[in-house]
Amino acid sequence: MSELSMDITLTVNGEQVTERVEARKTLVDFVRDDLGLTGSHVGCEHGVCGACTMRVDGEIVRGCLMLAVQCDGAKVETIEGLSDSNELADLQSAFERRNALQCGFCTPGMLTAAQDILLQAKAKGAVPSRDEIREHISGNYCRCTGYHAIVDAVESVAIARAGAKS
Amino acid sequence: MKITSDSPPVLSVLDRPNSYIGRSVPRPNLHRLTQGRGQYISDITLPRMTHVAFLRSPHAHARIVSIGTVAAKKAPGVFAVVTGAELAKVMTPWVGVLTHLKGLKSAPQHPMAVDRACWQGEAVCAVVAKTRAQAEDACELIDIKYEELPATVDPEVALDAKTSVIHPELGDNLCFERSLDVGDVDKAFAASDEVVETTFMFGRHTGVTNEPRAVVADWNEGEQRMTVYQGTQAPHMMQNLFAKHLDLQESQVRVLTKDVGGSFGIKVHTYGDEMATVALSKMLKRPVKFVADRIESFVTDIHARDHRIKAKIGVTKDGTITAFEIDDLTGIGPYSVYPRTSGIEANQVVNLTGGPYTCMNYRAQTRVVFQNKGVMCQYRAVGHPIAVAVTEGLVELAAAKIGMDPLELRRRNLFPDDGYPAQTATGLKLEALSHHEALAHLDGMMNYAGLRTEQADLRKKGIYRGIGFASFIEVTNPSAAFYGVGGAKITSQDGATVKLDAQGAIVVHTGVTEQGQGAESVIAQCVASSFGVSMDKVRVVTGDTDNTPYGGGTWASRAAGIGGEAAWQAGKALRDNVLAVAAAMLQAKPETLDIRSGIVVDKASGTERLPLDELARVAYFRPDTLPPGFQAELMATRHYVPRGWPFAFTNGIQASYLEVDTDTGFVKLLKHWCVEDCGTIINPQLVDEQIRGGVVQGIGAALFEQCLYDERGQMLNGNMADYLVPMAVEMPDIECAHCVSPTADSELGAKGAGEAGTAGAPACVMNAINDALRPLGAAPLTDMPFTPGKILKALGKV
Repeated sequence: MSELSMDITLTVNGEQVTERVEARKTLVDFVRDDLGLTGSHVGCEHGVCGACTMRVDGEIVRGCLMLAVQCDGAKVETIEGLSDSNELADLQSAFERRNALQCGFCTPGMLTAAQDILLQAKAKGAVPSRDEIREHISGNYCRCTGYHAIVDAVESVAIARAGAKS
Repeated sequence: MKITSDSPPVLSVLDRPNSYIGRSVPRPNLHRLTQGRGQYISDITLPRMTHVAFLRSPHAHARIVSIGTVAAKKAPGVFAVVTGAELAKVMTPWVGVLTHLKGLKSAPQHPMAVDRACWQGEAVCAVVAKTRAQAEDACELIDIKYEELPATVDPEVALDAKTSVIHPELGDNLCFERSLDVGDVDKAFAASDEVVETTFMFGRHTGVTNEPRAVVADWNEGEQRMTVYQGTQAPHMMQNLFAKHLDLQESQVRVLTKDVGGSFGIKVHTYGDEMATVALSKMLKRPVKFVADRIESFVTDIHARDHRIKAKIGVTKDGTITAFEIDDLTGIGPYSVYPRTSGIEANQVVNLTGGPYTCMNYRAQTRVVFQNKGVMCQYRAVGHPIAVAVTEGLVELAAAKIGMDPLELRRRNLFPDDGYPAQTATGLKLEALSHHEALAHLDGMMNYAGLRTEQADLRKKGIYRGIGFASFIEVTNPSAAFYGVGGAKITSQDGATVKLDAQGAIVVHTGVTEQGQGAESVIAQCVASSFGVSMDKVRVVTGDTDNTPYGGGTWASRAAGIGGEAAWQAGKALRDNVLAVAAAMLQAKPETLDIRSGIVVDKASGTERLPLDELARVAYFRPDTLPPGFQAELMATRHYVPRGWPFAFTNGIQASYLEVDTDTGFVKLLKHWCVEDCGTIINPQLVDEQIRGGVVQGIGAALFEQCLYDERGQMLNGNMADYLVPMAVEMPDIECAHCVSPTADSELGAKGAGEAGTAGAPACVMNAINDALRPLGAAPLTDMPFTPGKILKALGKV
């Protein structure tokens, strides 16, 4: 098994983790099955639906398109960590107030992708348009909401954050 | 009947404090979901849990010659390799028929194929291993020899004499047929100034729930009890089916439903792989988990809407619709799905076509045939999108033919708002609808006249925009008429149990289930309102056959209208019980007291008399201080089932505004509107979001979604990259408004809203595309989904 498995050490939600993983295991299966972090979801397993979106070294990735062994030495952030750090608190609150989620299965990935455009907008000092928000979250499928409420929630946070900054 | 977006109808009880009826309160269960701390079935892990993977037939139709399992049984981590024949010894087969669909027939279906696979994707052999990966590894070591059989794929030839019969014992490939002839159709067509005839095609599509179907079964040999964690819409229905086919008593089966990652009608049926998982747990005496992967979802989840309909409308020059006629043909796969059957969609198409209109001349025929493709059954809005597209497609073609505005033609034919109760040509009983009010409101809210001007101006610049409409009726709050009368153990009633806890808070157990639509919130709103506490004092428990009242669950837009009424009544009953305790403690008459904001008050003056936590303390811990012979009853249960009407019909109208790129064939959706009437609105935001989500699923059907098969019955696009679902960037903003015509069958007056969006959206997108292309002389597009290729073909460009 040795050539099929590998020891990796990485930081997950701020905690150092050392585990032996099969080389073929995807990052999302690793965080779900080995670490019990079930907030990252498995929808399509081929990089289309976005339910497994998480952050690796600051970039959003598809947890189903990355192998766990590729994350040796990396900093991984999942919805649980992003929640506990309060980084998403205003966005989560906006989703809840606007009912921008129904079944909630896409929501962790959707929030993570939405936070990504909000961070990009903040860096540019701009508020993204509804069309730009729609474009950015198009790699995250939601089958319940029809997206309108999600766009409303993200837009409201973009405006609020811009206002808070100025 | 008043247009409203946020105000409730007049109900005296709504004047109570703590009334949450008609208020957009946030759902109490969302916080854990936004934190990724929900618990979906795919998240569940149990001690000694194993995983099952299924080896599935690569052929649409094949005899299973042999299954070699020796190598697989020796593979690492494998506990068992089980064939369909072996599984058939512990689980009995089922037949998906209902007695009220006369003549409907199907063949016995086993959880896994026994000697013959009848569609590509049917499970043939199961491997149970320590991990899913090991189970899949071992599947690759199984050696199955097949003898390929002729595949019957095309519904058009399924009934031809030379086509092979899939189940010879049935005699032919006809599952069900129904015909109807009302009024004098031939005479009506003869008397028409114009008759428009066309053929509508609907692409077979599926629900694509983001979380695939998932089940964890745990047989306890010591207790002789099966616990099934299942992502299902109907736990009690599944309890019955697991028990029945494992030869257990229902008391030996507990079904638990946690968070469900989308259902839309996909998760309310019997699936062989899920039944097999439960049977395997019993065989192995340990937990077994199955989560469908995406390809398994595409080839085994129920599909829907694969209908070909030849349709005809007659109209006079003054805009009177004289007659409708349809001839429907649908292929439903090799089995009628158990227990709801695969005849319901076709039956609904016959029932609902022409439904909004007073025209009483109607002829319909439908034939439902077997074929070697994935099974079809009820998916969100069952039959409605088809019936509405046919009806509304014909109406707009007729309007164009006689040169009348499409809204005007509707105004002249819709059931009048003051003419209820009424009955459609097919005999559907309508209690109270608001077609004209909805249409008038839509006209104003979309600025119809302004859009027509804009459309005309842009056409001069070579920009082709279209406006399309769809009026509709929707079946909600079904009584026993839907399934119960046909012999299925699918209950139409539902219940709620409400309990005062020892700190004065409320726990509600409800038979309806949360699929993301907001049932928990609606139930909490009803109980908080009728009992008299704030929402944060109410906790809702769903999805547990051991602990909730026997109920139907969530389907056919029933959870709020039926489950909500039961919860409302249970809250009232508990209030009476609590006031009896308070009256005893306060030496007052119960009728002089009320509960407001969790405090017993003097009804007339509002003076606070007794907090509920104090009442609970006394009732639970110092009952000795209550009057002799007095017993506090701090739990109440109520049930509700609609009795006055077989279904609570709702109505509405949608509009689509879009632009067609005549060079590429791409459709850009600009805006979508929906005005609907679901009676009393319990939570306006949740209703709007049901409409919006439903509209987008309907748009998916109109523009993108189709399960493509080749002539050998092989699905060609069984993955999310090739099967297109709506993405955020392609979808428009959707504006909603409501009329309110409560049902008098319940005190709340709420009807369902879950399927209205899906019912109407495909029709109005179709009509808008045809409206855009009409000046270019394009032949009307009636073959969904309307891909760029079809649009360019209609324009004669390819």
